[in-house]
Amino acid sequence: MTARERLRLARPPAASVPAEPAAAARRGGVLSGRIGSTQVIYLALAGVMLVGWALVALDGGDFLTLETIVGIQQRSAALGIVAVGQTLAILAGSLDLSVAYLISLTSLVAAEIMAGQDSGIVPAVAAVLAVSALVGLVNGLVITRLHVHAFIATLGTALIIRGVVDHLYDGPAGSVPESFQRLGYDRLGPVPVSALLWAAVAVAAWFLLRRTRLGYRIYAVGGDEEVARLSGVRTGRVIVATHVLCSVCAGIAGLLLAGRLGAGAPTVGTDGGYDLESIAAVVLGGTALAGGRGGVPGTVGGVLLLAVLDSVFNQLEVNAFFKDVVRGVVIVVAVAGYARRTVRRRSR
Amino acid sequence: MLLAAGCASDKPAATGATSAASTAASASAPVATTSSGTGEQSKFFVQADFDAQLGMRAQTPEGPEGKPWEQAIAPGEKADTAKYKKDGPYHLCFSNAAVNNPWRQVGWKTMQAEVALHKEIAKFTALDAEGKDDKQISDIAELVGKGCDALIVSPNTTATLTPAVTGACPKVPVIVFDRGVDTDCPVTFINPIGGYAFGADGAEFLVEKVPAGGKVLALRILPGVDVLETRWSAAKVVFDKSRLDVVGVEFTDGDAAKTKSIVSDYIQRNGKLDGVWMDAGATAVAAVEAFEDAGQPVPAIVGEDQQDFLQKWKEGGLTAVAPTYPTYQWRTPVIAALKILKGEEVPKTWKLPQPKITSESLDTYLQPNMPPLHYALCGCEDLPGFPAKWGGK
Amino acid sequence: MRALRSAGPIFLVLAVLLVLIAVANPFFLEPAGFLAFVKRAAPLVILAAGQYFVIVSGEFDLSVGSLVTVQVVVAARLIEGDEAATWPVLALLLALGLLVGLVNGVITTGLRVPSFITTLGMMLVLSGAVFLWTGGAPRGALSETFRMFGRKDLGPVPWSVLILLVVGTAAILLMRSDFGKRLIATGDNERAAALSGVRVGRTRVLAFVVSGLAAAVAGILLGGFAGVSAQVGQGLEFQAITAVVLGGVVLGGGRGSVVAAMAGAFTLEALFTLLNLHGISGALEYAVQGVIIIAAVAAGAVRLPLRRAARV
Repeated sequence: MTARERLRLARPPAASVPAEPAAAARRGGVLSGRIGSTQVIYLALAGVMLVGWALVALDGGDFLTLETIVGIQQRSAALGIVAVGQTLAILAGSLDLSVAYLISLTSLVAAEIMAGQDSGIVPAVAAVLAVSALVGLVNGLVITRLHVHAFIATLGTALIIRGVVDHLYDGPAGSVPESFQRLGYDRLGPVPVSALLWAAVAVAAWFLLRRTRLGYRIYAVGGDEEVARLSGVRTGRVIVATHVLCSVCAGIAGLLLAGRLGAGAPTVGTDGGYDLESIAAVVLGGTALAGGRGGVPGTVGGVLLLAVLDSVFNQLEVNAFFKDVVRGVVIVVAVAGYARRTVRRRSR
Repeated sequence: MLLAAGCASDKPAATGATSAASTAASASAPVATTSSGTGEQSKFFVQADFDAQLGMRAQTPEGPEGKPWEQAIAPGEKADTAKYKKDGPYHLCFSNAAVNNPWRQVGWKTMQAEVALHKEIAKFTALDAEGKDDKQISDIAELVGKGCDALIVSPNTTATLTPAVTGACPKVPVIVFDRGVDTDCPVTFINPIGGYAFGADGAEFLVEKVPAGGKVLALRILPGVDVLETRWSAAKVVFDKSRLDVVGVEFTDGDAAKTKSIVSDYIQRNGKLDGVWMDAGATAVAAVEAFEDAGQPVPAIVGEDQQDFLQKWKEGGLTAVAPTYPTYQWRTPVIAALKILKGEEVPKTWKLPQPKITSESLDTYLQPNMPPLHYALCGCEDLPGFPAKWGGK
Repeated sequence: MRALRSAGPIFLVLAVLLVLIAVANPFFLEPAGFLAFVKRAAPLVILAAGQYFVIVSGEFDLSVGSLVTVQVVVAARLIEGDEAATWPVLALLLALGLLVGLVNGVITTGLRVPSFITTLGMMLVLSGAVFLWTGGAPRGALSETFRMFGRKDLGPVPWSVLILLVVGTAAILLMRSDFGKRLIATGDNERAAALSGVRVGRTRVLAFVVSGLAAAVAGILLGGFAGVSAQVGQGLEFQAITAVVLGGVVLGGGRGSVVAAMAGAFTLEALFTLLNLHGISGALEYAVQGVIIIAAVAAGAVRLPLRRAARV
C-alpha cells in the first residue's frame, strides 16, 4: 500500500486518477479549479445576502444594520481563523479533528497565565503559540512517522487534550485583563479588531500558499504525495508543517476567544463545534477534501457564507433545528456543485 | 474610509469587583472531609451560599398563593426601577443559551406562552445561541442594537458572559435568569433556590431512608458545570456527615445507556446497593431499570420531576424523592421585565421557591397525558395552548 | 483464514483485555457476566460491522450516530406505548435506515461528493429534522415488545446477543459473497475494479445501505436497552470508526476483515469496561483512550509493510 492511499480520504473518483506531474497540475487544472470555485462561493455569498436582505425586509426588518454587519464579522472571526489553518492541512491531503479541544486548552492557558495582569499578556501569547505548535508537531509526527491516518491521529490527540482539560478544570478559569479583552470587543468603525486579526491570518496563509516554496509543496503533496516524493519533495516535513500551522491557527482562535470571554473555558471549543464546522467551511469554499485543490480565498468565502446564513436565520428567528437542516443541505449541495464542475472540466 | 470611521469599542467600561464575583473568590471554606468515598470537595463550594440555600428551603415565600413563579423568598433589597419606566407597547428581547435539552424546551415553550398572555408586549425578539458562548456574546450585542425596551438573558456559562452582560447594562434594563453572571449590574437575577438545596434534598432523603452503613452510588452528569457542581458538593457535605458508605461517584454524560451500564456494574460488584443519588433526573428511569433487569428491588432513589420518572415511581411504588429545578422560572423574567418597564419594584435577587416532590405530593404532579420528558413543575397548566403545545394530549 | 491471520493482533489485544477484566471482576467468567458484556457491546459491534462495509470500500459514514438517535425518537413518537404499533414501526425503522444509506450512497457516488461531507451533511439534516418534527424533545413512549430486543432475554441468552449473532453471520456471509469481493476490489483500486467489470458506484451504494441498516438495528437495540433519550446516538459515529480502525481495517479502503472490525468494537467496549473497573472514569478515561487508539493503529500501520512483503 502506498502512503498516498493511506492518506487518502474518501477521495472522489475524479481526483484519484493518477495525476500528471505536480507542477503541471498546479499550473493547469488546479489553479483554474481554484479560481473557478472561489468565484462560485462569492457569487453564492452575494446571492444569500440578497435573498437574506429580501426575506428580512419582507419580515419588516433591516438586514444590513451596523449591528448585523459587526455581528457577522464577530461570529465568523474565530471560525475563520481555525478554518484558514484547516485549509492548509486539508490542502496537504490531511485534516485536523483536534482543533476544537485545542481551542479550549489554549483559551485556558492564555487566561491562566495572564491572570488579569497586563504583564502576563506576552508570556501568555508565547505559551499559547508554543503549546499549539507542540500539539501540531505531535499530530504531524504521528501521521507521518507512525503512519496513522490523520482522522485517527487527530481524533486521538483530541481525546488526550480533552482528558487533560476535563481533569484539570471544572469550569471557566483564569482571567483576561481589560487591555487584552479589547482584542475581542474593539472595532475600527464597522470592522472589529477580531476580523482584522482573521484577515491578517488569512493573508499570511494566502501568501504562504501562493508565494513561497512551502506553499507549492503543500499543493504538490496534496495533489499526489507519491509524485511529489518522486520529484524530490520531503513530503513528511510538509505535512508536519501544515499541522503545526493549523494548530497555531487554532491557538490564535483560542486567544481571541479568551479575549472575548474574559476567561478561559474548557468547553468553548467543542460548544462552538470548531472541528467539523471548520472542515465544512473549507470544503464549502471549494477546497477538495482529498487535498491539492482550493485555497484560502474560498475558505474565507465559505466562512462568511455560513456567518451570513446564521445572521439571516437570527434576523428571522428561525428554529435552531431548522438551521441544522439547511446547513447540512447547503454544504452537500455546494460540494456536489464543485464536483460537477471538476468533472466537466476534466472531460473537456 | 475605514480610518475616517474612527475607533469605537463595544467593550464595556472597566468591570469592578462585584458582589457576586467576590463571594465566589472568597470561596472554599474548608470542610471536614471524612473518608466516606466522596472524594475532594469541589472548588465551587461556598459554605455561606450553602448555608443560605439550605435555610431558604424552610422560609415561606412572599407573593400570590398558587403562583410560585411570582413568589419570592426573602426578597430583601429591591431594585429601583423608576428610571426605566415608560409607556407601552413594549419590545422585549431574549438571548437564550440554547434549547438543546428537554428542560430548556419545556422552559422555552412556557416563556413563549407567558409572552402571549401580555398584550402590551408588541414584539418579542429571541435569539438562540445554540450553546455557544461566542455566539451569545454577539447575540447580546445585536439585540442591544435592535432597540429593545428590556433584555432577558439566560447565560450559557457564568463567567464568560459577564463582559457581554456588563456591556448591555447601561443601554437597556437587563434581566438574568437560570444561571447567573459575575456582576450585579442586571436589574434583577431570577432563579430558584439553587443547586445546594437541590443536592441536599436528595442526599438528606437517602440519609433518612437508608440504614447506617448502607451503600450509596452517586451519579453525576459531567464535571465542570457550576450548576451541577453545587448539587454534588452539597450532597457530599450531607453524606460526609452521615454514616452512609458512598461506594462510587460516576459520570454518566446524561446518557441513559451509560447510566444503566454503570448501575448494573455496581450491582454486580457490590451485590446490592441501598441508595442512588443523582444530580439530575434525566436518566433516573434507566437507573431504576438496571435494578429491575438484575431482578433486585429498587432501593431508595433520587430523581427529578420528569414524567417518565414520576410514572415509574407510581407504578413501582418506589421509595423516591424528586428535587426540582422548576421550569416555571421561565415565566418570571417576562413578568419582571413588565414590572420594570412599568416602574414597579422587583427584588434585586429574586429567589423562587424550589419544591421537592415526595410520595405524598406525587399524584399532584403525575400527568399521564404529558410526554415522558416533560417537566412537571412547568407552571404551564393555566397557560393558553396547554397541553398540546407542550406535546401533551 | 487469511483475514484471520492478517487481523491477528486485535484478537490478541482483545484476549488480554478480557483476561484483565476477569482478574478484576471474577463474575465476568460466569456465563451471565460474560453475556452481559456481550449484550452491552452488541449495538457498537453491529454499528462497526456496518461501518466496515463503508470503510473498506474507501468511504466514511459519519451519519450513523444521528441516525441511531433518529430511530429511537421516531420509534417513540410513532409507537406512543401502543403494543400493536410495534411491528409496523420496526419495519419502518429498517426502511428508514435503508433509505438514509441509499441517499448517502447515491449522493456520494452519483454526485461525487466526498462521503465525509455527504454524511456530515446527513448528520446535520437528520438531527435537525427529527427534532423539528417532535418540537425539540422526544415525546411518546416505546412499547414493551419494542424494548424486548434490547432489554430482555430469550431463555438464558439476551435477545441482543442473538441478534448480534445473526447480524455478524450475515456480515461474514456477505463479505464472502461476490459482493464482498467486489467491495474489497473497489476499495483497493477503484480503477482496476471498474476495468475488470465491477460496477463501482452500485457496490458503494450497497455498502452505505448496509451501514444504514446496521444503524437501524443498533438504534432498535439501544432504544430497547435504555429507553427514550435525545442523545442516545451522540458520538457513536466516531466510536464505530475507531472500532473498525482498531480492528486493523485501513481508512481509504481495500484492507481488513469484518470479523476484525467487530473484534475492534469488542476491544473498545472491553477497554471502557476495564477503565471503569479500575476507577479511571471521568476525565482521564478520554486521555487513556486517545493514547491507546493512536498506539494501536500505529502498531498496526508500522507492521503493515512487513506483512505485505511476506504475503507477496
